[in-house]
Amino acid sequence: MFARLVYESFRRQKRRKLLAGVAITLGVGVATAMIAVATDIGDKISRELRTYGANLVVTPQEDTLDLQIGGVDLKPPSDGAYLNEADLPKIRGTFWHHNIVGFSPMLPLNVSADTGSGQKSVTLLGTYFSKQLSFGKENFVTGVRITHPWWKVQGAWPDDNSQDVLLGQSLAARVDRKPGDRIKVGGQPHRVAGVLSTGGAEDDQIVAPLALAQQILGKPGAVRRLYVSALTKPEDALARRDPKTMNAELFDRWYCSPYVTSIAYQLQEAIPHSHAEQIRQVAQNEGTVLSRIKGLMLLITLAALLASALAVSAAMATAIFERRTEVGLMKALGGGDVSVAALFFAEAALLALMGGVLGFAGGALLARAIGRSIFDSQITIEPVLFPVILAIAVIVTFAGSALAIRRAVKFDPVYALRGEA
Amino acid sequence: MSSQPMPDVAIRRAGAPHTSMFLRMLLRAAVLRRGRAASALLAMVVAAAATTAMLNLFVDVQAKLRKEFRNYGANVVVVAKDGQALPSDALDKVQSTLAGHGMAVPFAYVVARTPEGQSVVVSGTDLEQVRRLDSWWSVTFWPRATQDALVGVRAAAVVSPRGQPFDLSFHGRAIHLNPTGTLRTGAAEDSRVYLSLQDFENWTGVGPSTIEIAASGSPDEVNALIQKLAQSIPAVEVRPVRQIMEGEARVLGKTRATLLAAAVLIILTAALCVLSTLIGWVFDRRRDFAIMKALGASEKLIGGFFAAEAAVLGVVGAVIGFAIGVGVAAWIGRANFNAPVAPRFSVLPAVLVGSVAVALISAVLPIFLLRRVEPAMILRGE
Repeated sequence: MFARLVYESFRRQKRRKLLAGVAITLGVGVATAMIAVATDIGDKISRELRTYGANLVVTPQEDTLDLQIGGVDLKPPSDGAYLNEADLPKIRGTFWHHNIVGFSPMLPLNVSADTGSGQKSVTLLGTYFSKQLSFGKENFVTGVRITHPWWKVQGAWPDDNSQDVLLGQSLAARVDRKPGDRIKVGGQPHRVAGVLSTGGAEDDQIVAPLALAQQILGKPGAVRRLYVSALTKPEDALARRDPKTMNAELFDRWYCSPYVTSIAYQLQEAIPHSHAEQIRQVAQNEGTVLSRIKGLMLLITLAALLASALAVSAAMATAIFERRTEVGLMKALGGGDVSVAALFFAEAALLALMGGVLGFAGGALLARAIGRSIFDSQITIEPVLFPVILAIAVIVTFAGSALAIRRAVKFDPVYALRGEA
Repeated sequence: MSSQPMPDVAIRRAGAPHTSMFLRMLLRAAVLRRGRAASALLAMVVAAAATTAMLNLFVDVQAKLRKEFRNYGANVVVVAKDGQALPSDALDKVQSTLAGHGMAVPFAYVVARTPEGQSVVVSGTDLEQVRRLDSWWSVTFWPRATQDALVGVRAAAVVSPRGQPFDLSFHGRAIHLNPTGTLRTGAAEDSRVYLSLQDFENWTGVGPSTIEIAASGSPDEVNALIQKLAQSIPAVEVRPVRQIMEGEARVLGKTRATLLAAAVLIILTAALCVLSTLIGWVFDRRRDFAIMKALGASEKLIGGFFAAEAAVLGVVGAVIGFAIGVGVAAWIGRANFNAPVAPRFSVLPAVLVGSVAVALISAVLPIFLLRRVEPAMILRGE
C-alpha cells in the first residue's frame, strides 16, 4: 500500500515532481562540477605555473663562485667544476620523477663570432632544445622548449644532434643575420636555424645544442648547470623543517611528499657530486599563488554548495506545501502523523536519489567540458565522490523537506479539506 | 462573464479605491501565506546573493591576484645600452613615469677581488626597496649601518666563511665590510655581495646599470609604461621580463576562465531554481486566480496582480540578496586574500533586473497556461 501510494503520487503529479526533481538535479550537478573542478584545480594551476620556468637548479658541489651580471656569465670556462651529462637521465629514476616536467642542462662559454665587421666575443649557451633521452626502458623528451616556455623562436628550433644554432634577437639584429643564414663561430660556419627572443640575457647570445658547445669547449659531457622544472606541493610546516633533525618516520613522510626541498634532496641523491637548490623566486611564489587560487575555488565551491542546498530546500518546501489537502484527506481517513511523514520522506528520498544520479552524471560531463575548454586536459572525477554526492543530496532534500512536512502534518485536516490552507 | 466589462466599471476601476484594493490584495496575499511567500523569497534571495557574490568576485579577483603575482618581482627592466652606466637622472625619470603604480629599484654591479685574488660580484642597491621588491629572498638579517654587507650563501663560503669582517678591492681601492646577514635565493644572487648604493658608489665610483621595475596593472598598462619609459629616456633599453609577464597572463587567464565558468553555472542554477519554485507557487494559487475571475476580474487585471506580486518579490529578494552577496564576497576576499572585496554597486542594477525578469517569467507563464481554463473547473478542484 505504501509503495503504491508513492508510485501513484509520482504518476499523478508529474509536473510537481518534475519541478522539484529539476531543482535537485541542477543543485547536485553544479555541486558535482564545482567539487570536481575545485579538487583538481591545484594540479591544473600547478602545471600552468610551470610557465614561470624551472623551480630547481642543480650545480656541481665543488663549484667556484658564479660571476654573473645581468644573466651574462663572466666566469672563465676553465674555472669551476662540471656536472656529467651522462648522469642526467638518472633524474627519471628518482621517487618523484612523475612530477618532474622537464630539465635543461646549460653550458655557457665565450666564443668569438664573426660579426661581419670583425671578430666579437659573445656568449654561446649549450643546452637541450627537445632532446630524446632514455632511462631504462623509458623514453622521454626534455629541454628548454618544456622548461622555458617563454622562449620564442622565429624560424625553426635546431635539432639537438645538429650543428645549427639560434641567435638571440638583439645579436641577430646587430650582426644582420636571418634564419637560414650562416655565422662563423670559433672559425667554423654554422647555420642559423632561428632567431630567439626571451626578454633576458639570451637575446644577446648564441644558443646551440649542448653537444656542439661541449665540442667547442673540448670537454665532452660537461654541464655547468641543470635547470629542473617540477610540480611541487606548497610549503607547509613539515617542509620548512630541517630534514637532518627529523626522526625516521617523519623523514619518510617528508621524503615522500613532493615538496620542492625533498625533490631537491632526491636530485642530489641521483646526480653524483651535485648540489640542488630551489630557485626561490619561482618556487616560493608558486606556493602562494597556488594556495590563493585553491582557496578561492574552495570557498566558491562552499558557497555554491550552500546555494544549491538552499535552492533545493526551497523547491522541496514548495512541493510539500502544495499538498495540504492530500495530507488532510489521509489524516481524515485515519493516517497517523508518522505514516504520513514517512510517505513524504520516502518520496523525497526517491526524488533525491534520482536527481542525485542525474545531477552527478550531468556535473561530471560539465566538469569534463570545463577541463577540456580551459585547461586542455581532463578533470578527473574521483569515484568516491558519487556516494558522497548522493548522501549529500538525500540529506539536503530531507533537511529542506523536514520543516514543511512537519507543518503539513500538524495542520488540522478539517481546515485543509475545507481549502483554508 | 467579465469578457465585456461595463464602461462605468472600467472608470471606477481606474479610480483611487481600486489602487488601494490592489495594494491590499498584494499585502494580504503575502501575510496570509507567510510560509509560501517566505520560501519563494528565500529562493529569490539565495539566487540574488549567489549572483552578486560571483559578479563581485569575478570583477575583483583579477586585481587581487595581480597583487599576488607582483611577488614574483620585477616585470620590467631598464638597462643601459652596451654595458655603460645609466644616465644619472634615469631613476628619477622612471619614478615620475611610474607615478606610484609600482616600484623601481636601481642596481649597480662590479667584479671585485678578495685579498686571495678570488673574483666576486658586488652589487650596490637600495636594500630597503629590494626587501619589498624581491620578497622571496631568504635573508638572515638585513644590513642597516654603513659598511654592512648582505652576503650570498655561496659568496659567504669564499669571502667570510666564519662570518668575520672581510676586505674587497676594486681597481686598487679597498673596502672593509661587516657581513651582517646571509642571503639565499637559489639563483645568481647566492654568489654576490650586496651593499647599500651609497657605500657602493663611494667605494667604486660606479653608478647603477640596471633598474628593476615591478609595475602594477594589466599587460596593456605595463606595455604602455614600457613605451613611455623608452620615449622619456632614449639612452637606455627598456624590456619586459617575459618569463614573469607570460606566466602571469597565463595563470590569471585560466583562473578567470574557471571563475567565469563557475559564475555562469551558479547563476544559471540559481535562476532555474527560482523559476521552478515560483512556478510551483503560482500554480498552487490557481484557486485565487479562479475566484478573482469568477468575481469579474479581467485577465489583464489578474495578470497585472500576479506580475506586480512577482515584481515585488523580485525587488525585495534582489535587495536582500545583494546585501548578503556583498557580505559573502567580502568574507571570501578576507579569508583568502586577507583583503575584503569592495562592494560594487554597479552590480546591483544587473541583479535587480535579472531577479525581476526571472520572477515575472515564472509568474506570467502559469497564468498564461491557466488562461483558458474555466474558473468553475478549478474551483471544483479538477
